[in-house]
Amino acid sequence: MRKLFVIFLVCLLLCGCTVQPDNQPDQSGTITLNVYNWGQYIADGSDDSLDVIAAFEEKYPNIHVNYSTFDSNEIMYTKLASGGITVDVIFPSDYMVARMRKEGMLQELNFDNIPNYKYIDETFKNLPCDPENKYSVPYTWGTVGIIYNTKYVDEEDLVGWELLWNEKYADKILMFDNSRDAFGIAQYLLGYSVNTTDEKELEHCAQLLAEQKPLVQQYVMDQIYDLMENEEAWIAPYYAGDYLTMADVNEDLGFYLPENQGFNLFTDSMCIPFCAKEKEAAELFINFLCEPEIAGANMDWICYGTPISAAKEFMDPEMVEDPVSYPAQEILEHGTSYDYLPPSFSRFVENLFLKVRIS
Amino acid sequence: MKRNKSVLLSVPYILWMVAFTLIPLGVVCYYALTDPNTGEFTWSNIAELGTFLPVFGESIGYSLVSALLCLVLGYPVAYFIAHRKPLTQKLLYMLVMLPMCMSFLLRTLAWVALLQDTGIINDFLEMLGLARLPLIRHPVAVVLGMVYNYLPYMILPLYAIIVKIDNRLIEAAEDLGCTPAQTFVKVVLPLSMPGIVSGITMVFVPAVSTFYISQKLGDTGTFLIGDVIERLFKQGDNANLGAALSLLLMILVFVCTGIMNKLTDSDGEEMVVV
Repeated sequence: MRKLFVIFLVCLLLCGCTVQPDNQPDQSGTITLNVYNWGQYIADGSDDSLDVIAAFEEKYPNIHVNYSTFDSNEIMYTKLASGGITVDVIFPSDYMVARMRKEGMLQELNFDNIPNYKYIDETFKNLPCDPENKYSVPYTWGTVGIIYNTKYVDEEDLVGWELLWNEKYADKILMFDNSRDAFGIAQYLLGYSVNTTDEKELEHCAQLLAEQKPLVQQYVMDQIYDLMENEEAWIAPYYAGDYLTMADVNEDLGFYLPENQGFNLFTDSMCIPFCAKEKEAAELFINFLCEPEIAGANMDWICYGTPISAAKEFMDPEMVEDPVSYPAQEILEHGTSYDYLPPSFSRFVENLFLKVRIS
Repeated sequence: MKRNKSVLLSVPYILWMVAFTLIPLGVVCYYALTDPNTGEFTWSNIAELGTFLPVFGESIGYSLVSALLCLVLGYPVAYFIAHRKPLTQKLLYMLVMLPMCMSFLLRTLAWVALLQDTGIINDFLEMLGLARLPLIRHPVAVVLGMVYNYLPYMILPLYAIIVKIDNRLIEAAEDLGCTPAQTFVKVVLPLSMPGIVSGITMVFVPAVSTFYISQKLGDTGTFLIGDVIERLFKQGDNANLGAALSLLLMILVFVCTGIMNKLTDSDGEEMVVV
């Protein structure tokens, strides 16, 4: 009887969830395409860049793009998994592509609608997270390193990920506010695999992160832009491409990649989630972003590495040569990518991170 | 016949309560008692609550301090407003409400811009040739943020009660030889007790579950229960533990307000309903 009651309650809740704004064509025949992307991750027309979304809407006047942003893979995942929203295009990182694919949260793409897929470099096809390349089209790639302010941080302290534990810079250090990247750094420092499922190793990492906590000013994601540009903080691990964006504002910022200890090498892809309503328009959008000219203009602004070599001829030559966005091959060999972890395990890591935060 | 009609009047509210309070509460209970991985019945979320007791303690501490500070700051203001001319009262009342028209997230961010190391206050100090001060990322900054945000919730109920105090009672006390201080302690204060209780409740309840203020104004050591719950729901992918924590928080709030009501329940008048 109690069980029945609970089922009844959940049914009521679910009924509430399925009533959602649908993106059916309105009177004028326009459809709404819901794009859910990382913050600062598409050229928006500022600083003489191309406004990619406006250009897309101009090319396809019957599609209106409703653009919103997320801070981390985990936030995006949780939002989609809890249901009740319509999203047509998402930009997950490699390990999240694998997780969502395995959990049936991604739709197979119709590559007939994405002819520009042919421009994607062979090395970015059939990635481990999507071995048959049915669900994802690579958008960018990049590394995770340390952004620091050359005015305050001594060159001799750039000895590795230890920099983030240096007491000299207490209260001026920022740290990732997502468990995967935060634990990744501890794992590189301790010499563990970033894809370990050994609970002892992870507990050791958690201990290291707890030791770091008193030195950390804040755990942040995209707030890092303001904090580093205004010199409120001096040291922060973050994505290489974003360093170039920040260095445009504050030229005292430097980028350091602890190559000997290893670092994360990631690929972010474009996918269509299960809750998409406008699959075809979503494929048009993905195709549009793979157009070499558009991709080039877009990468000039977001400063991440492009998986489309053909786009480079449309890019600022300085950007193509930039060693931060495009490190030498021998450096890249030290990078590792995050693999899929089973959900129960990522919850375990998340729980450890929470314990660090309340310790 | 008459009674039936009044029952009918309460139907909209009852429907509202069932749809938006009772059913969600049922769902919270359901989540709190199921396993995030398998979806089966479990006590493990409840068992894990023990780990978070220090965080609950800290949250309750912060909100009690904030509530008391709000009382100390808010009482004189409420008293002052209640003793103006009616028109002035209306204007002052509006002014107290005014900050509530803006999102509390924005107001908190404004404090960050003021207090941070490279913020407006520190830039100003430097301009005067003084040293920069560590103003932000300190427990005091968190209390400041809470008091700032919740002060109107203290002033408004206090004002509502104080303005109703019958002036003849004060005159009578004075006639009977009370000094102003005695009048205040023996007459005004007891009569404004209901306002004090509801003011403290109105500040304490939102403050104990607050998040964001502690993240933005506190250091990495101030991570309150609201922050934990937000994290579990938003990116921890563990709504089950989050639901268990919310349940415990709800019970604690009920107990705290219950105790407060009991302490001041002298004549059963002007009871606070949460």
